[in-house]
Amino acid sequence: MHPAKSVILFTTASGAGYGLIAWLGVLAALGLLPADRGFGLAAFGLGLGLVVFGLLSSTLHLGHPERAWRALTQWRSSWLSREGVAAVATFLPVGVFALYWVVAQSNSGPAAAVGLLASLCCLVTVVCTAMIYASLKTVRAWSNPWTLPGYLVLSALSGALLVNLLLQLWALPLAGAFAWAVLALTVLAIGVKLAYWQAIDQDRGISSAESATGLGSIGDAPGKVRLLEAPHSEANYLMQEMGFRIARKHAAKLRRIALLAGFLAPFVLVALGLAVPGAAGIWAALAAVVLAGVGLAVERWLFFAEAKHVVTLYYGESRA
Amino acid sequence: MTSLPQNAGPVKLGLVIDLDICVGCHACAVNCKEWNASGHSAPLTDSDPYGADPAGVWFNRIHSFEVVQDDGDSRTVHFPKSCLHCEEAPCVTVCPTGASYKRAEDGIVLVNAEACIGCKLCSWACPYGAREYDADAGVMKKCTLCVDKIYNENLEPRSRVPACVSTCPAGARHFGDLGDPQSEVSQLVAARGGYELMPEQGCKPVNRYLPPRPKQKPERAGEAAAPAAAAINHGDSAGLLARWVDRMLSR
Repeated sequence: MHPAKSVILFTTASGAGYGLIAWLGVLAALGLLPADRGFGLAAFGLGLGLVVFGLLSSTLHLGHPERAWRALTQWRSSWLSREGVAAVATFLPVGVFALYWVVAQSNSGPAAAVGLLASLCCLVTVVCTAMIYASLKTVRAWSNPWTLPGYLVLSALSGALLVNLLLQLWALPLAGAFAWAVLALTVLAIGVKLAYWQAIDQDRGISSAESATGLGSIGDAPGKVRLLEAPHSEANYLMQEMGFRIARKHAAKLRRIALLAGFLAPFVLVALGLAVPGAAGIWAALAAVVLAGVGLAVERWLFFAEAKHVVTLYYGESRA
Repeated sequence: MTSLPQNAGPVKLGLVIDLDICVGCHACAVNCKEWNASGHSAPLTDSDPYGADPAGVWFNRIHSFEVVQDDGDSRTVHFPKSCLHCEEAPCVTVCPTGASYKRAEDGIVLVNAEACIGCKLCSWACPYGAREYDADAGVMKKCTLCVDKIYNENLEPRSRVPACVSTCPAGARHFGDLGDPQSEVSQLVAARGGYELMPEQGCKPVNRYLPPRPKQKPERAGEAAAPAAAAINHGDSAGLLARWVDRMLSR
């Protein structure tokens, strides 16, 4: 599948934003964060900024962005529509939670209840994003059981790395314990991503050039089907959108880059922040965020680029 | 409403394509383009049509496959492919705006270009590559089964079939109601063992393909060839002069 930049930015940025806000709700409900105005401004500014940036960039790949509101109507059948509805609905509890925190300087009692609701809405929105892909039977690399956990754990991890940075900046007492949680989450994320890659490598697909054409056996004689002539001399929309091949050539290398930048480097840097707090810890936390951003972008690029669509069976592939 | 019709009628309009007959001339694709360039989903945009890298929207494309059988035999099969107007159309249910819909009355799957936001998700959901994005118009386009032709009372009844069907010079394309077991197309499917593409994808396509007939075995082919050879030898069908010349020279 063609990896559109707008969709990669959307899923990674809004995923991190929702992850960050979800952590704020949970940690506030547990009474672990001070209702500090500066901290609230920074945290909600960052979280909502990422979410809005992601949602706006997702509209860039639309043919008619001005009609985007129509996408809120078909939530009964469409995960994309559900995602739109969830994204819009999430702004309400998140906005109220942010106002409680920043204006009233409260994050306990009713504010904490709204915060938990905000966390739940963030979770639902990320689930909807993942399900847009996980529900497509035509792409085996997406419609597998690891897609949803992958989106959830990476949203939680990228959000947690941002929380880690804020905790370091404000030198809050939670910083130490939270860093351990981030380390555990990183290990979990590596496990999920490795399981995902293993699953898509082992999958042989359920369709073939034979089932796509029905020509696997003529009369009683079984045979192999291969494309002799494509329908047109030049590439068409289908081949450009679904027939992307560059990633598969470099998949192993890119996976190593995603693992290193997205998971292993942040792991080491967060551990470093545990060992040496203070200014060095802040720089380490910032570096972890930047590297994770790069790693996640590569991971998300691969998620699209490695995915093979069954329509390629009509354009020369033998299994999908 | 992008949910599939709850109370769909019995009519399932669709195509039956005979792979034994198709000669791969692409006339159906050309006439499809011709009709639909000014029809329901017009225009079918082309970019750089006479340049080095022409591209454009087509509702119907003809692939050619080589089938190499395990017994060593092989053959070329021309394979036209357009929207199969699936009963469980995933392109319809994924649409976030309601632009993509399946008609309850005849099962035709259409796009309302006024409501389409051009998110392309429907083209991702379709296993058959039936939908093509028109970058100029910013909306998705697809085969309409010539909805603006098949019900058009300004046309003679015999012309009220999709453009690809009326133009096929080999008679490889048939149009009709596949929901009615007594219809000509359903009878044809039953008689020839018509099949659906990729049933494992669960879309329940309406269109059917008729398989190429197995090649005749060599001994059967010999029998068939014998009468023709005899005709040449006896020269029964030749003209009077030719038969006289034949007789003179045979002495």
